[in-house]
Amino acid sequence: MDAKDILGIPKTTPSLPHEKKSRPPKDSQRKPDGISREVYALTGGLAPLMPSIDVNQLKKKTQAENEKITWQWLPFTSSARKDNLQLYHWVRVVNGVPPTGDYSFAKYNKSIDVIKYTDEEYEKFLEDPAWTREETDQLFDLSARFDLRFVVIADKLPYSRTVEELKNRYYSVSRAILIARAASPADVSGHPLVKEPYNLAQETERKRALSMILSQSKHQERRDAEVYAEAKKIMEARMAAKAAQDSELIPISTGGAGDAERDNVNVDDESPSNPQFLSAPPISIAETASASASLRKLRVYLRTYGFEQMVQAASSSAGLRTIKRVEQILQDLGVNMKPKVPTKTVCEEHLELRKEILTLLNLQKQFQYKEAEGSSYREGSYPETPGTPKSFQRILDQDRTFIPDSTCFGAEFSGEHIVKRDQKRKAPGRPTDASSSPANKRPRKLKNTDE
Amino acid sequence: MKNASASAAERGEDSNNHNSKSPAKRLKDVEVSVPIVYGTISFWLGKKATETQSHKWTVYVRGATNADLGAVVKRVVFQLHPSFNNPVRAVESPPFELSECGWGEFEIAITLYFHADACDKPLTLFHHLKLYSEDEPGTQSIKKPVVVESYDEIVFPDPSENFFARVKNHPAILSYVSAPLGLHSVEEVNEAKEEETKDHPLSQWFKNFSEGDELSKLAAARQQVQGHIVKLRNQLSSMNGQLESVVIECD
Repeated sequence: MDAKDILGIPKTTPSLPHEKKSRPPKDSQRKPDGISREVYALTGGLAPLMPSIDVNQLKKKTQAENEKITWQWLPFTSSARKDNLQLYHWVRVVNGVPPTGDYSFAKYNKSIDVIKYTDEEYEKFLEDPAWTREETDQLFDLSARFDLRFVVIADKLPYSRTVEELKNRYYSVSRAILIARAASPADVSGHPLVKEPYNLAQETERKRALSMILSQSKHQERRDAEVYAEAKKIMEARMAAKAAQDSELIPISTGGAGDAERDNVNVDDESPSNPQFLSAPPISIAETASASASLRKLRVYLRTYGFEQMVQAASSSAGLRTIKRVEQILQDLGVNMKPKVPTKTVCEEHLELRKEILTLLNLQKQFQYKEAEGSSYREGSYPETPGTPKSFQRILDQDRTFIPDSTCFGAEFSGEHIVKRDQKRKAPGRPTDASSSPANKRPRKLKNTDE
Repeated sequence: MKNASASAAERGEDSNNHNSKSPAKRLKDVEVSVPIVYGTISFWLGKKATETQSHKWTVYVRGATNADLGAVVKRVVFQLHPSFNNPVRAVESPPFELSECGWGEFEIAITLYFHADACDKPLTLFHHLKLYSEDEPGTQSIKKPVVVESYDEIVFPDPSENFFARVKNHPAILSYVSAPLGLHSVEEVNEAKEEETKDHPLSQWFKNFSEGDELSKLAAARQQVQGHIVKLRNQLSSMNGQLESVVIECD
């Protein structure tokens, strides 16, 4: 600041010195007890919103007032040691009475009971070509010393044996001894050694595999992961396919008593053995084929049911109006909708009849279209589109076109074709004439059926 | 056996397959059809009728010619209205019928269980029990029952060999064998003979279902329709000819 004065540079804004001055008094004012100034500054100079630790909850030092506590440097012995070595340590003495009891850590000195066998036993049960008596003795001795820490034992032994081999020898010997000493095999059968003997080959393999995985490079790891993922996907796909197959088969396959064998249901669609639909319009042949195939898949069905299926299949290509027409015709012909006596032949005949009626209706439609075309050609002045000639419209409007009627109708038409050509005007009139009296049609229709 | 061997459709398997455990061979081009009639007969009890039991009725399934169905059907289960005691009634042997007394009309579910070699899946029919006749409402006669019967056929499209062998010569069961090469020739191996009506108390009321009627009607109808078809076809072709000539003229 003084330097600036000397240099003549204008002083900085007067607010700065204000801040500087105001801050220290603020800090010193608000410094709370219990927390050092620096720590407090960490929080930005503000107290925390919530108390972080309740000081009252902290453990209080329990010290009864009437006791006198001193600390003394005293010797002690430990039962864990066998050599009566005396060591010293600080002891908390209460009212002049030193604590009694064993060294508090002595209880952690656990050791393993390693089996000791006699020479007799060795000769009887424990002979092994790969191991000499000496080696076995050494092994056991070391096991006892080192509490079955086989890694250490392996290191200690003069001859080189793998850890697994050592383990194998140790456990098989112990097992043999156990079984031999037991009064009856049943007594020791619960012993873990007896129940699950040490498997040398398996253990070696396992350790080898583990070490391989451990030593895998990152690259290898990634490759393995990929293979796993793919395998999982394949498995899932297979499971899904199997589930789909099963659910398909279940409705087809038979339930009930005979669970043991079911024939493999012939699922592929063979061509129907009875090609009775030669005359039918080609569209519904496929439908009926699949219907009959699905019927064949059922083990048993009622004739009426089968019949209905076939009827549905046959009429699947036709619209609702056509179906109604078919049924109307059937009625007029005196045939029952559903045969009263549905034997095989009757049903077949009925289906044939239906097919033929459908054919008839199709032909009729074609006929009418042709007619319309023809009329549009002839009456060039008429701005009628071929698709909706008036004559055709009339036919459509009458829902109840008795087929025999329209065939007579058609007969009339074609009969007077040549006449029509000359008498253009009359052409639209004709339909009205022909259809004006549906009542008259009836007797005529009856005549037809009587033929 | 002649017919059976004539149809080359049988895949040449040994016919003596008595071992029911192994999967039975199924004959693909044979169809076994069992014509049955099922329905109800109901008698008004007249003076003995009470509020809750005004009619005595019997529901039954019989062979169409009163033949024995026991060869095919193992048992029949009739499911009655829940207001009946033990509404599920099973009849284990022919004649497959059930009699009851009641006052109401309802739908009876008739489930047929077949012998294992025929089919292990049951088949269910439904029949509405009719107690009151349509004509002469109000007047009921003790002597004249209300009979409602329906004819149907149980079709086994792929019978097993055992089953076929068993029922081949059964008088009431029809077997259809279709020849190979797609030729539609249907042989009825057995004509459904008119068997003597066995002594059945209700047999006098059984209706006789003959297909002859229907067949003749159908045949007539078909002829008619075919006639119309031919006519139309002719007309169409002549029209086509005319159209062409018209087109030529116009050009």
